Amino acid sequence: MPDSLALAADNLLSPIVLSFALGLAASLARSDLSVPEAAAKALSIYLLFAIGFKGGVSVADHGVDLSLGGALIAGVVLSALLPLIAFALLRVMSRLDRLNAAAVAAHYGSISIVTFVAATSMLDSQGIASEGYMVAVAAAMEAPAILSALWLISRGEGGGRMDAKLWREILLNGSIVLLVGAFLIGWITGPEGLAEISSFVVAPFKGVLCLFLLDMGLVAGRGLRQGRGVLGLGAVAFGLVMPMLGGLAGLLAALTLGLSTGGTALMMVLSASASYIAVPAAMRVALPEANPSIYLTLSLGVTFPFNLTLGIPLYLALASAATGG
Amino acid sequence: MQTHQAKRVEITIERVMQSRLTDALHKAGVTGYSILPVLGGSGRSGEWSRSGQVSPASGMVQVICIIRPERLDALLKAAFAVVERHIGVVCVTDCEVLRAERF
Repeated sequence: MPDSLALAADNLLSPIVLSFALGLAASLARSDLSVPEAAAKALSIYLLFAIGFKGGVSVADHGVDLSLGGALIAGVVLSALLPLIAFALLRVMSRLDRLNAAAVAAHYGSISIVTFVAATSMLDSQGIASEGYMVAVAAAMEAPAILSALWLISRGEGGGRMDAKLWREILLNGSIVLLVGAFLIGWITGPEGLAEISSFVVAPFKGVLCLFLLDMGLVAGRGLRQGRGVLGLGAVAFGLVMPMLGGLAGLLAALTLGLSTGGTALMMVLSASASYIAVPAAMRVALPEANPSIYLTLSLGVTFPFNLTLGIPLYLALASAATGG
Repeated sequence: MQTHQAKRVEITIERVMQSRLTDALHKAGVTGYSILPVLGGSGRSGEWSRSGQVSPASGMVQVICIIRPERLDALLKAAFAVVERHIGVVCVTDCEVLRAERF
């Protein structure tokens, strides 16, 4: 337990979390601090490329076994099933109607790639190795949750709109293409490729992540300000409870697959995180009657800060205890 | 100088619906339009700002078409089919243009 507390304290006082806190505080205090839209986009492209590339190099270095297929299937199953748990929980804990509960549930089956990036950075800091293919698992977990949410709605009186164009937008959204593409480049070029560009993708990584999380703090603070009054206490409590349930589901899946301590922690992080990029866009097209302030404020204003500050060290501590790592 | 009657249609719509709207406009025979970013605003769904949005779900754009009056109904029918369930505003105003053959 003292180790877990030390880990949590280290995480809370890390430059990454403190940068996020700075952005959040500045935004809540209505400072005019802002990161230009194009710069934020460039930072996110860098982070996705770097994390995908390093994941591919890790696979090239350590080889592939059957666990890759198992992890991908587990990721897809978790993404499809977690919205069902989230939906049931929301109906009990909050006053959200069926439509909004389903829209929120979709976010909790999908993933937050920034939370994943922050977790890999923490693992690196602790010197804990993980399976490189977890990047591919992250990509695989983006979409199935959306289908589950639409299925939940189709069981009621309403109906979601899902067409071929939306499918293409979900499966080929820029983040997934870049993440998977960089993963493949890293896999093909291997450690030699990494040696060529390590001064770009390794050394500046944490500094760039700090700037990106500064921007995420500003965005989260803005979302909290604009979404004030939208969420009831029950919904806020859901935003804190659901990631822990998701994390436990991820832990069970990882233990079944026999993943390493780092891989287990990352599977927990993926299962615990909530989307705020791909799924909101899909929900606006498929379920336009659902209120975006509810699902964006919950995933970005409640669950993301929780995971970043307390969740990640908690999941790592549980993963270490469960795997004996 | 000689001017000609035309209709200016401004459709403010969510960014995620932009390509769906322009596809529908093309199908309705409307091939000329301009797309402008919307910086922010406030409406029935609350206040929002373009700055710092991480998801395209929150952004808005404005699609502006200037057309001959006789083509207005076809355009509005196509636009309405797309925007019906979504946040947005469709606004029609009279205007005059110099070169009628271009619209």
